[in-house]
Amino acid sequence: MKSLKSLLCGTAMCAAGAAHAVDLEVTHWWTSGGEAAAVAEFAKAFNEMTEHNWVDGAIAGSGGVARPIMISRITGGDPMGATQFNHGRQAEELVEAGLMLDLTDVAEAEGWRDIVHPVSLLDSCTIDGRVYCVPVNIHSWQWIWLSHAAFEQAGVPVPSNWDEFVAAAPKLRDSGIVPLAMGNQPWQASGAFGVITIALAGPEAWAAVSVDKDAEVAAGPVYAKVFEAAAAAREMRQGSNVQDWNQATNLVITGKAGGQIMGDWAQGEFQVANQMAGTDYSCLPGLGVNEIISTGGDAFYFPKQSDPEVEAAQKELASLMLSKEVQVAFNLKKGSLPVRGDVDLAAANDCMKKGLAILAQGNILPDANQTLSPDTLGQIEDLMTEFWADSSISAADAQERYADIIANAD
Amino acid sequence: MTEAIAGFEGAHGPKPRRTFSRRNIFLYGTLIMVALYYMLPLYVMIVTSLKGMPEIRLGNIFAPPVEITFQPWVKAWAEACTGLNCDGLSRGFWNSVRITIPSVIVSIAIASVNGYALANWRFKGANVFFTILIFGAFIPYQVMLYPIVILLREIGLYGTLWGLVIVHSIFGMPILTLLFRNYFTSLPEELFKAARVDGAGFWGIYFQIMLPMSLPIFVVAMILQVTGIWNDFLFGVVYTKPDIYPMTVQLNNIVNSVQGVKEYNVNMAATILTGLVPLVIYFVSGRLFVRGIAAGAVKG
Amino acid sequence: MAKIAAIPMILTALCVFVGGTLWTVVYSFTGSKLLPKAKWVGLDQYERLWNTNRWIVSIENLMIYGICSLIFSLVIGFVLAALLDQKIRFENTFRTIILYPFALSFIVTGLVWQWILNPDFGVQNIVRSLGWASFEFDPLYNQDIVIYGILIAGLWQGTGLIMVLMLAGLRGIDQEIWKASRVDGIPTWKTYIFIVIPMMRPVFITTLVLIASGIVRVFDLVVAQTSGGPGIASEVPAKYVYDTMFLRQNLAQGFAASTMMLLAVAIVIIPWAYLEFGSRKRD
Repeated sequence: MKSLKSLLCGTAMCAAGAAHAVDLEVTHWWTSGGEAAAVAEFAKAFNEMTEHNWVDGAIAGSGGVARPIMISRITGGDPMGATQFNHGRQAEELVEAGLMLDLTDVAEAEGWRDIVHPVSLLDSCTIDGRVYCVPVNIHSWQWIWLSHAAFEQAGVPVPSNWDEFVAAAPKLRDSGIVPLAMGNQPWQASGAFGVITIALAGPEAWAAVSVDKDAEVAAGPVYAKVFEAAAAAREMRQGSNVQDWNQATNLVITGKAGGQIMGDWAQGEFQVANQMAGTDYSCLPGLGVNEIISTGGDAFYFPKQSDPEVEAAQKELASLMLSKEVQVAFNLKKGSLPVRGDVDLAAANDCMKKGLAILAQGNILPDANQTLSPDTLGQIEDLMTEFWADSSISAADAQERYADIIANAD
Repeated sequence: MTEAIAGFEGAHGPKPRRTFSRRNIFLYGTLIMVALYYMLPLYVMIVTSLKGMPEIRLGNIFAPPVEITFQPWVKAWAEACTGLNCDGLSRGFWNSVRITIPSVIVSIAIASVNGYALANWRFKGANVFFTILIFGAFIPYQVMLYPIVILLREIGLYGTLWGLVIVHSIFGMPILTLLFRNYFTSLPEELFKAARVDGAGFWGIYFQIMLPMSLPIFVVAMILQVTGIWNDFLFGVVYTKPDIYPMTVQLNNIVNSVQGVKEYNVNMAATILTGLVPLVIYFVSGRLFVRGIAAGAVKG
Repeated sequence: MAKIAAIPMILTALCVFVGGTLWTVVYSFTGSKLLPKAKWVGLDQYERLWNTNRWIVSIENLMIYGICSLIFSLVIGFVLAALLDQKIRFENTFRTIILYPFALSFIVTGLVWQWILNPDFGVQNIVRSLGWASFEFDPLYNQDIVIYGILIAGLWQGTGLIMVLMLAGLRGIDQEIWKASRVDGIPTWKTYIFIVIPMMRPVFITTLVLIASGIVRVFDLVVAQTSGGPGIASEVPAKYVYDTMFLRQNLAQGFAASTMMLLAVAIVIIPWAYLEFGSRKRD
């Protein structure tokens, strides 16, 4: 612990003189059991290793509920000490408006550029060469979770890739099992589509559309295949009458559904249900086709305060969040991957290890949150929710509208 | 229009005849069916909150609990976590009280004076302002979030309890002013004129004549406001800080947590606990409420 | 003095309602994203708005919900009030039971009804377990009827208040009217429709304002019950406004949508106010 403190003193902190204890309010939307336990690691470290106090401002309901609150507080002139956003462009304008604390001095003193892996995470915190946020974890979407019990009941082997899964779907259906579980929340539909795209169209085509916003690729034959596959998947999800994603995961856990396309946060649900990877369920990164993961996740921003003591405390927290010990403790609880490659995650489970291996090989893509604006993502989300719920929309129609959104994307 | 108040107990149908007339069977039959329909959700909430999770998973939401457990209630009140603070709804209860009381008092005070000024003094432009207020009743709250952030920032009340009180007063104003205006219009104008002749001023008439006659409508306004403000989530969370977050924020956190197993029983217990204050007020003062509305909202 | 006393109201009316509305309208012509910025883009936001399928669906839903909600609230409210007005026993109990849902927030209402209407453990499951295996009742999971599933919950929450208002109105009708109509041998239903209802005009105006403002602002209920799904089948305009402004960080698009909503409201209210205040001097 001592070494960490002296490390902190090496940076900006000690410049502010003998630090007074500051109550730093941190807002976030991590309120479920595992999430709260993970946040507790941050709070514990902050309370123990510095003189300051972590004041918890949790708001459940993710972006929809929490973000207006955060933005109101910041623009209303009564900012919190630190706040969570997703990796990417959500806080871009707040930074441009000069409302966020510049962390560049801490980042340079500690060499964040060398320790953050993949470095693209730091890039999305960087605007005009200055660093404004701390990435804390990596969550990837590219997973399908398969129920061994369901496939056993249908008398087919557990598939090892998407094509086998599609082939097995009718058998599942015949045994009264919903092949693909999917909840009704809008983000689930667009997320699943993104996963299918990367798996079937490949990372190049995906990047052409989602990074370079090339509408021609989006309207082209490669994406046509993706939309056909999504239309087929749409039939497979018929009958999963659930709302929340974790209720859909529960269908897989109980063997009522064959599989679910969902991010790595789903494994927390399997853990809670005491299921073992490999014997009770399987996880296939990149749908078993393209073993690649996207590096979404969360980052913390520190709204600008007038008080230099508070500012010092903010920088201490920023530095702490990236420290090795805290990264390990936090990510094990959260079920996500750490943002630095040099930490030891021996306690990780099988699926997490698969993810770590892919990360180490560098088979990574940015998350769509990093490349497209929330507005464009929202339009895609609307299209996808409509498409996945309504069989009367043909794959070709949906593709046309999709290409149109990409053409107008910002 | 005093008969509106006095005559409230007088129902108009023909006098009841035999207990089991065909009319009575139809009448009570319909009412009992309707009552059952209205009670159903409350019944489901209570029954569910008394079950353990295994029993809930088995599935019949209408079945009474086999084993009654109060654990969900204890958990909802004292143990459920909001982020790192695991002290359940109890944390927000007193905050809700602290928010509700001044907000109710201020909003009603302002709206009653508005109604009085509109009904009895009819200053120039009164109808225009009244129309704007009615228009305001239709503005979605969400649209006004940012303009009000700016407004509160400019007057330096952002993030304070009093800022929130102002917000509640603003959004309560249209409907409350409508109620008070209608009520004061229905009072005999002679009273007002006589007081004017006696030389009483604006406030004199308000405090000495209007207020003493307006208990019913104040009860109505109070009930409406207590319900609305107590149930408010959006304003409470956007315009204040965590140390004064109302109870509904904890309710949201308990009910809306996207990860982990959904504990329906705790959700239901938390829901009932949060709704308890307005529910009790309705069950206790429902009679006054109806009487007040009968007196106030009816005469235009 | 009256004017001074009305200052809070005048300030609210001018600064918040008029000011906020104008501010909204002005910024709907900009390209504001996360923060309001005066970057003018003309009518782009409106063009995009009316080319957005979700907005069109939202409007359609609001129409269906609005018309049904208006009719059912008034009819159910009035019929229940008329039933309670028959000198019945336990009137207080019945009234309290019908009114209590109004004490619960829309979030709570939405959650409970989401549960009751869930096909896997709600009404459908119960009826099936009673032996009617093919019974289907899953309004929240069927695109074509989902808006009615929301309507059921909305009516449950709101009709109580309407019923109370109507009851109060009925109690305000002079007993002599009933006596006279009975003497003349006019059937009860005719008395209600042709004599009593026209006399209750002020009550109907109050209830109309209450119901209509509730309809335009319907938001929490949808969020709690369906989050707009399945697909986009139960989206409503207020939710479109909220989502574009705060979730999608496209303030101007949200402002454009709210401007359309406010315009629709103004089209209804201004003529009403003109009729109400313009032609009729107080008697």
